[in-house]
Amino acid sequence: MGKWTRRAFIGAGVVAGGALVVGVAIRTGKPDDRIRSIVAGGDGENLINSFVKVDKDNIVTAVVPHAEMGQGVHSTLAQMLADEMDADWEKVRVVEAPAEGHYASKEIGREFMAPDLKVPEILEPTVDGAFLSLIGSMFGTITGGSFSVRGTGQRGMRTAGAAAKEMLVAAAAEKWGVPAGEITAENSMLAHAGSGKSGSFGEFAELATEQDLPVRPKLKKLEDFKLMGKPVPRTDIPGKVDGTAVFGIDAKVPDQTLTYAAVKAPPVVGAKITGMDATAAKAMPGVQQILNMEDFVAVVADGYWQAQQALNTIKIDYSKTESDALDQEGIFKRYAAALDEAGSDGGDEETSAGDVKEGYAGAAKKLTAEYKAPFLAHATMEPQNCTAWVHDGQCDIWQGSQVPTKVRKFAAELLDIPVEKVNFQNTYLGGGFGRRSETDAVEMAVRISKATGNPVKLIWSREEDTQHDWYRPSSTSRFEAGLDENGRLVSWNNVHTHLFDPPEAAQVPYYAIPNHLIRKVDVPMHLRFGPWRSVDHSHNSWFIESFLDEVALEAGKDPLEQRRELLKDQPRFLAVLDKVAEMSNWKGERPEGTGLGIAIAPSFGSIVAQVAEVEIASGTPKVTKVWCCADIGYAMNPDSAAAQMESAIIYGLTAVLYGEISVRNGAVEQSNFHDYQMLRINESPEIEVAFINGDSEGLGGAGEPGLPPLAPAVTNAIFAASGKRVRELPLSKHSFG
Amino acid sequence: MTKFEINGKPVEVAVDPATPILWVVREQLGLNGTKFGCGIAQCGACTVHLEGKPIRSCSTPVSQAEGKSVSTIDGLKGEDGKLHRVQQAWIEAQVPQCGYCQSGQIMSAVALLEKNPNPSDEQINAAMAGNVCRCGMYGRIRKAIKMAAGIETSEHEAVEA
Repeated sequence: MGKWTRRAFIGAGVVAGGALVVGVAIRTGKPDDRIRSIVAGGDGENLINSFVKVDKDNIVTAVVPHAEMGQGVHSTLAQMLADEMDADWEKVRVVEAPAEGHYASKEIGREFMAPDLKVPEILEPTVDGAFLSLIGSMFGTITGGSFSVRGTGQRGMRTAGAAAKEMLVAAAAEKWGVPAGEITAENSMLAHAGSGKSGSFGEFAELATEQDLPVRPKLKKLEDFKLMGKPVPRTDIPGKVDGTAVFGIDAKVPDQTLTYAAVKAPPVVGAKITGMDATAAKAMPGVQQILNMEDFVAVVADGYWQAQQALNTIKIDYSKTESDALDQEGIFKRYAAALDEAGSDGGDEETSAGDVKEGYAGAAKKLTAEYKAPFLAHATMEPQNCTAWVHDGQCDIWQGSQVPTKVRKFAAELLDIPVEKVNFQNTYLGGGFGRRSETDAVEMAVRISKATGNPVKLIWSREEDTQHDWYRPSSTSRFEAGLDENGRLVSWNNVHTHLFDPPEAAQVPYYAIPNHLIRKVDVPMHLRFGPWRSVDHSHNSWFIESFLDEVALEAGKDPLEQRRELLKDQPRFLAVLDKVAEMSNWKGERPEGTGLGIAIAPSFGSIVAQVAEVEIASGTPKVTKVWCCADIGYAMNPDSAAAQMESAIIYGLTAVLYGEISVRNGAVEQSNFHDYQMLRINESPEIEVAFINGDSEGLGGAGEPGLPPLAPAVTNAIFAASGKRVRELPLSKHSFG
Repeated sequence: MTKFEINGKPVEVAVDPATPILWVVREQLGLNGTKFGCGIAQCGACTVHLEGKPIRSCSTPVSQAEGKSVSTIDGLKGEDGKLHRVQQAWIEAQVPQCGYCQSGQIMSAVALLEKNPNPSDEQINAAMAGNVCRCGMYGRIRKAIKMAAGIETSEHEAVEA
C-alpha cells in the first residue's frame, strides 16, 4: 500500500512527472474548482473522483477509494479498471485513495441510484435508500453495504479505466496522425496495424493529459472481458503471509517514540467515572500517566502490556444509571410488552399488500409463531485500536477504518481545528464487518494524546472490545399466517421489535402472498447498535425463512416446493433455488438423524440460497455441509466472491451455534473468546459455492448476502433431522437429546 | 536482561521478565508480524515457535524464552527471501481475507508439518483448532496445509453455474 498525503495527492495533479491522472466525469453540477481545474477543465464536467494514474514508466496505478478488510476490494476494483483500460495486470499497482471528500461514496452512490441508470428490480428502496442516507450522513468515503464492486467498481473504476484508455488512444492518434478508431490497446501497449506503429501507455501518458476527458466513455461488453470474471490472485495476500501487512495496531509514528494506552469504560453504557483508586497502578513500572477522562479511565505507559496490567489494578467507581437493574430476561419482557401492545395491527407499518385481516379471517388453516434473536458482537480479530498524535495545531491519526473521511471530520470537530489539519492514514483492517465504521476508539486516542501531548497507540483489550461494541440488536418477531383450503399461503402478518435505524429486511415482496403486513415496534435500549454483517437481514431472514418452513409443514409441502410456488414469477430467485437444490441433491435420501434445510434471501442487490446438512449425534447438531448458490449479478472475481460466501457462511454459523451477547445488571456479560465463542476449524463444514451470472450490468453485493440464508438453512435442517423447531438462537441454549 | 534468540539472531532485552513474549517481540524488537487477539491464549493470533514448538506468545512470559530460540512469521522466509512452502500454499489457495490471524495460522501449520508431514483431517483439526479465523477461511486453510504437504494440488475456483 502506498501512502497518500493530502498535499502529495493534490500536488501530483495531472502532469507532475508526466503522469496521467483520470477521474470520472459522469455528472454535471457543483464542480469542485480545485479538482476540476487540475483534472477535468471542461465546462459542465464535474470530476467526482480520480481513480487512475499512468506513469511514464508504464505503471498503471489504481486509486481505490475503499478500505481493504479482507473482501479483496483493492484487487477487484483494480481488476475492473485495468480490464477497461486493457492494461497489463503485471504492471498494475494499487493504492488506497486519500481520505478526501472527492472520493465520497455518496456521489457514486447517487449516480448508482439515478433513475436513468439500470438498477436491478430486486433492489428494495429501503435497503439501498437506507444505505445512501447512511453514507450521506457520514461525510464521504465508506466501505460497507456490500457496495464497493457494484457501486464504485461498476460506476467509477470501470468508467475511469475506459476514459483513460480513450485519452491514451487519442494521444497516440494525434502523434501518429492516424484515426483513433484504428488504434488498438492491449497489455498496456497501443498499436496501429496500418502503419506498424506501437508504443506503451507510459509513452503517451503526458500527451494524453491534453486530450478531452470523455464524458461517457464506452465500457466493455461481457464478451470482451479479459480480467473481469477471472479469479485473479489478490494483491494484498502476499503481505498477509509474511507478516509485512500493516494493520492499525502496527502503526508507527515517524521519528517519534510511541506511548501506549489501555482504557476502561464504564460497564454500563451511559455511566460516568465518579472516582478511582490508582495507588497501586501509579507505582507500577513503565506507567507514565493515569487519566480520569470521566467517561473512561486511561493508563499511558511505555508499553501496552504495562498499561493494561496497571489498569487492571485500578478500582473505579461509576455513577448509577437507570439501566443498572436491567438483565436479558427484562429486555425480552420489554419486547414482549411492546409487541403485545401492537397486537395484530398496531405498531409502525413498513409495507402492506391486500387485506391481512380479511385474508387471515377467511383462512382455512392458521398458524402463529414467535422467534427471538440475541445481541451479537462483531469480534473482529484485531481489537479496536487507534494511534493519534495531537501536536502543533494539528492531529495525525493512523487506524484501519471503514470511514476515513468521517474520522477526519470527527477529530476536527472534537479538537475544534479545521479538517485540513487532521491527517489520516488508513491501514489494512483486521476485520471490519461494520465495527470499523465507528469512531469511538478515535475519540479516545485523540483525547489521550491531547491530554499527554505525546503520540499514543491506544489498544483495547479483547474484554473491552467485547463489552463496548456497537451490537447487532436482539429482536423478537411474531408471525401470523393463514392458508386457504388448498394450502396456499394467503396471509402473512409480521411484527418485530426495532432498535437500530433504518428498519429493513423484514419485507417479503418477492414472495407471492396476496395479503401481507409488516410492522415494527420501537423499543428503547441503552446499548449502542451498529451495522453487523448484513445488518437487519441477519435476523429477519432467519425469522422469515424459519416461519416459512413452518408454513410449508402446515401446508404439507416440501420446503423447496413451497418456496418455488411463492417465487413462480421470480425467475432469478427460481434459478438460484433450483441450482442449490441440484447441488445438494435435495430430493435424495439422507440417513436417519441427518437432515437438510433450505433458505433463500435477497439482500444488497443479490440473491443467495443455501442448503445446510445437519447431523444430530448424541444430542448435538453438527453442520456437515453447506451448499450455496448466489446470483450477485456477475462475479467480477469468482474466487474472491466465493471466499466472501464461505466467510459469510462461517460468520453466520458462528452466530447460530454460539453467538449471544447478554446483559446483566445493565452490562454485557461476555468478555472474551472463552464465553463469546468462535467457530473453529474442527467444527467447520465443507462448503460448496456456485454463482449464477445473472446480469453483468446490474451487479449485487458479495460481502454480506451470503450470511442471511445460513441461519434458517441450519435450523430448518435441524427440524428435518430431529423434528425440533428452533425459535430462539443460539443453538447452545438448546439440547437435542 | 533476558537473552534469547529471535529468528536465529541473539538478542537481549531489558524488560520485566513477566512481560509476554508477544509484547517484547512487537514493541521491543519491532517485529509486527505477530498479532494480539485475545490476551488469554484463546485465539492463536499470537502463535510463535519456542524451540520449534508453537506457543501462544500473549500468555508466555519472556522469562521462559531465556536461553532459547523464538521464531516468528517475520523470519519464516528463507535467507534468500524465498517463501516457506506453507506461505506459498497460502498464496496459491488464496487463504487470507483480512489476514490478521494468518501469521498465527501459518506458524501453527508450519509446526504441524514439521512434526507430521502427512497429516490427516483429524490431525489438522487437532493442530489448528487453537487458531481462530473470524473471516472463516478454514476450508482454505485445510486445503493449503494439504497443498504444502503435497497431498493436494492447487484448485480453488468456484463452480461456474
